[in-house]
Amino acid sequence: MANYTTIIGLEVHVQLLTNTKLFCSCPNRFNPDNPNVQTCPVCLGLPGALPVLNREAFKLSLKTAMALNLELARFTKWDRKQYYYPDLPKGYQTSQFDLPFSSKGYVEFDMPSGELKRVRLIRAHLEEDAGKNIHDESGRGADSQVDLNRAGTPLLEIVSEPDIRSAEEARLYLEEMRLLLLTIGVSDCNMQEGSLRCDANVNLHIHENGETIPTPIVEIKNLNSFRFLEAAIEYEVKRQLGQWEKERKRLGDVDAPKTTRGYDPDRGVTVLQRGKEGAADYRYFPCPDLVPVVVSEEELAAIRATLVEFPSARRRRYCDQLGLSAYDAQVIVNQGNEFAAYYDAVVAICGDGKLAANWTTQDVLRQTNDRRETLAQFPVTAEILGTLLSKVAKNELTIKAARDVFAALLAEADEEKPISKERIDAIVTEKGLATISDTGAIDAVINAVVARNEKAAADVRAGKQQALGPLVGQVMKELKGADAKVVRQMLIDKLSS
Amino acid sequence: MSTLMESTRELVQRLQSGETAVSLTQSCLNAITSRDAAIHAFVRPIADGALADAASVDGRRQAGETLSPIAGIPIALKDNICTQGVATTCSSRMLEDFIPPYDAHVVTRLREAGAIIIGKTNLDEFAMGSSTENSAIGPTRNPWNTAHAPGGSSGGSAAAVAAQFAPLALGSDTGGSIRQPASFCGVVGLKPTYGRVSRYGLVAYASSLDQIGPFARDVEGAALLFDVIAGHDERDSTSVNRPVPKCWDTVNQPLTGLRVGVAKEHFGAGLDTEVEAATRKAIEVYRSLGATIVDLSLPHSKYAIAVYYLIACSEASSNLARYDGVHYGHRAEKFSNMIDMYKASRAEGFGAEVKRRVMLGTYALSSGYYDAYYLKALKVRRLIRNDFDAAFEKVDVILSPTSPMPAFKVGEMSDDPLKMYLADIYTISANLAGLPGISVPAGMSSSGLPIGLQLLAAPFEEERLLRAARMFENATDWSRRSPELNH
Amino acid sequence: MLTRDEVLKVAELGRLNLSEAEVEQFTQQLGKILGYVDVLNEVDVSNVEPMAHVADVSNVFRDDVARQSLPRGEALANAPKSDGKFFLVPQIIEGA
Repeated sequence: MANYTTIIGLEVHVQLLTNTKLFCSCPNRFNPDNPNVQTCPVCLGLPGALPVLNREAFKLSLKTAMALNLELARFTKWDRKQYYYPDLPKGYQTSQFDLPFSSKGYVEFDMPSGELKRVRLIRAHLEEDAGKNIHDESGRGADSQVDLNRAGTPLLEIVSEPDIRSAEEARLYLEEMRLLLLTIGVSDCNMQEGSLRCDANVNLHIHENGETIPTPIVEIKNLNSFRFLEAAIEYEVKRQLGQWEKERKRLGDVDAPKTTRGYDPDRGVTVLQRGKEGAADYRYFPCPDLVPVVVSEEELAAIRATLVEFPSARRRRYCDQLGLSAYDAQVIVNQGNEFAAYYDAVVAICGDGKLAANWTTQDVLRQTNDRRETLAQFPVTAEILGTLLSKVAKNELTIKAARDVFAALLAEADEEKPISKERIDAIVTEKGLATISDTGAIDAVINAVVARNEKAAADVRAGKQQALGPLVGQVMKELKGADAKVVRQMLIDKLSS
Repeated sequence: MSTLMESTRELVQRLQSGETAVSLTQSCLNAITSRDAAIHAFVRPIADGALADAASVDGRRQAGETLSPIAGIPIALKDNICTQGVATTCSSRMLEDFIPPYDAHVVTRLREAGAIIIGKTNLDEFAMGSSTENSAIGPTRNPWNTAHAPGGSSGGSAAAVAAQFAPLALGSDTGGSIRQPASFCGVVGLKPTYGRVSRYGLVAYASSLDQIGPFARDVEGAALLFDVIAGHDERDSTSVNRPVPKCWDTVNQPLTGLRVGVAKEHFGAGLDTEVEAATRKAIEVYRSLGATIVDLSLPHSKYAIAVYYLIACSEASSNLARYDGVHYGHRAEKFSNMIDMYKASRAEGFGAEVKRRVMLGTYALSSGYYDAYYLKALKVRRLIRNDFDAAFEKVDVILSPTSPMPAFKVGEMSDDPLKMYLADIYTISANLAGLPGISVPAGMSSSGLPIGLQLLAAPFEEERLLRAARMFENATDWSRRSPELNH
Repeated sequence: MLTRDEVLKVAELGRLNLSEAEVEQFTQQLGKILGYVDVLNEVDVSNVEPMAHVADVSNVFRDDVARQSLPRGEALANAPKSDGKFFLVPQIIEGA
């Protein structure tokens, strides 16, 4: 089999989270069950209607560009991209051609190997989404239906360099992109509803006899889940390799134009889309109905001031300042902004990053999953957990005791009792969970237990370490708040003296 | 003599002192009924709606409300201006059944001011032409001589005012489509500065050039109508947000120290001798009124037609892409698949001139030709504008013929599109540069056809332009002439 | 000036069925017009910025506030073919 490198570039399409469409005041809302109720003369493309740019959509675009390390253009404009399709009522898409609002950026993410991967971005531009065509699947050739509810929705197109080298990398890239967009709140990124979708440009670099031969580029259109993205690329790589071995066509050969394929998830294959061969002639030109936008430094500063910490910076902070492992940092940050904010709040109170990481990634995640609750619904707030963990950090509670308090708090919440950080001390008292640091008290219990268990004590004295456990257990049973480690050491000290 | 023979100010006064809007509207409708068969200015009169609107204005006046001076005056609208609930056809088969669900911005303004919309007028299909012959419902005739064209593309509106079907009308001007028919029909036509009047609801031909403007029997009428339609509209991104002068109040104030520019490029080959003579006479009229005449040059004006047809057709090819038989407009009955449906619908729905311009524009924007044609045209456009900017440092208005000839005969030019295009030589530059321009009657040819005089001004100088035009009008009697009304 | 094939290609791009007579006529007429516009070649436009907009307007925005959309009936009222919910078109072959 040929030695090859997979070359992938992604075009990600993101619908922006605005109240209204990009160029008119119709609501921007996913509404497939009620077709053609979110239209007006502008988004229907009626004769005489004119577009006016949505300020919020442009702001969200700038915000996104900042998160993607893109350079922002001081001057940007809109162009018309001409093609005919029933879901495109004006016969052109208002988009950006030669002067997009941003260019040259990058996205970084961690590979499972631990290596940091950087994918460069060519540009991001703002355009309008098309409507939706619904095809008759019966095979009887009935009319297609056109719904224009979506027509004119603000859409960012984010185009990467072909820096991606595998299906897995493509998925990780898109996951990181989604996390970023969710973190800064510019899109709901709902892939099922099409708020986030992407096209993948895939080809191979065949390494043969010291030469690198690029194969023709295939664009896989409209991938709307991480699974489909990964599966489609994996399939496409195998298919292209087979094609190469059969036909040996190279990129640029006259009989090997760029082709467009769709992914059929039922069959797990990509399918050639007819009629899309060759370069289309979109006849871009500046839209005469829209005026340019000149971006000022003040506006950029105002938007920058609203930015939250980006995921990559947050992971770095967790590792560098809180001493988390790369893995833990990834787990926390990749849960999304809400979760990481919860974590941050816990750390702020308890002061121990690792302790907070263990609890949030294990206890909290497990509980929210089991209870099918969002963090906002979860009764143990960051304040309560932080307070609880601060007691652990100060050795006022053992881990085990803290778990008991945690469970008790949840149980009380389930009984619809109000819980708060003040309940922690009450529970500790009620259940006698406080760590007993009074060694005199411990000593007394140890003496009593040793007296009752002459045989076991003798075994320990004779060097049978396994006899120590039951003794520790008995002491702990009587002294609920004691630290097992302390008890163990005191027993050893006693029996070896 | 018909009431419409009055000057606009007299008409306003009559309405303010007892004459009802209903009777005025009825007399316009009667005139249309009895005489429009010969002229064909209208695609469709709006009789019932107009009378109802007129009755409502009369009621408001009788109740003592203070109304706009335009209240009660009937107005004809070019049929590329959208009217809610009333078909807006652009004189195209493509839109013969199209009923807009909304009013154009100018229509809203007119309704608010109490103007009476009495009908939709004929045009060259989608405003593409200079003769109103390219209409799916047939040509409009010049009221001065029905063998002749009224000019275009707003020929129906110009003819409606000239034939006294309506005292006022709206047209649109992309390359001279208000001024040239005004000159052919012996009426006043004003193209405002680009961005002065909202284009919202004007069916686009070439968006960066289109502007709605008034027709009237005199300059005062143009001022009256301009005041109502001008001003910022947040629904048109290219509409300019700056104050609009009250031209109706100032139009009769003569300008002192007026500087009138005369460009040598406006008196070149192809200029009809009678038109030239009338224009030279107009220069003398201004001189006699105390104006200073300044010779100047607009060196890039000879490229205006080439620039215009590339830009206008490129934009048109895009603006007309929406007519595909999917969401509105004509759909062919027979087709083999979806693409063929598009192609057949467009082939059936569009007339020859529209197809020609869509073809030219598509070509100019297509891969490999964009830089040589479209982009080049945009650059020369800037040079044309620069010429005007320099000229308006020295003069207040630039005087020229409106058209190199009086009205040509129906059919005379239709075989040679290029020849027809070249006749737009004097009007086109104002659109490319975004300037306001006006055509006022300034003479009659020996064969009894009107000759128009064009004045151009710097952007947003409509007030000065109207006052300068009114000075000429008051000093001559050309605006007071009317065609003989038969039948 | 302009070949018949170019005319056919442009007609395809512009989605226009042309009759044989129209192809002939447009080849000739558009050729003549393009010949005329070649007059622009004599203008030196180096260092000239293209002028797409004549009015010096920029940064025109609309607030992100929803307004009433058209009722579906009005949205579909001018449709050549509709089922009362959707615009209908002949079956779309993907990409065709």
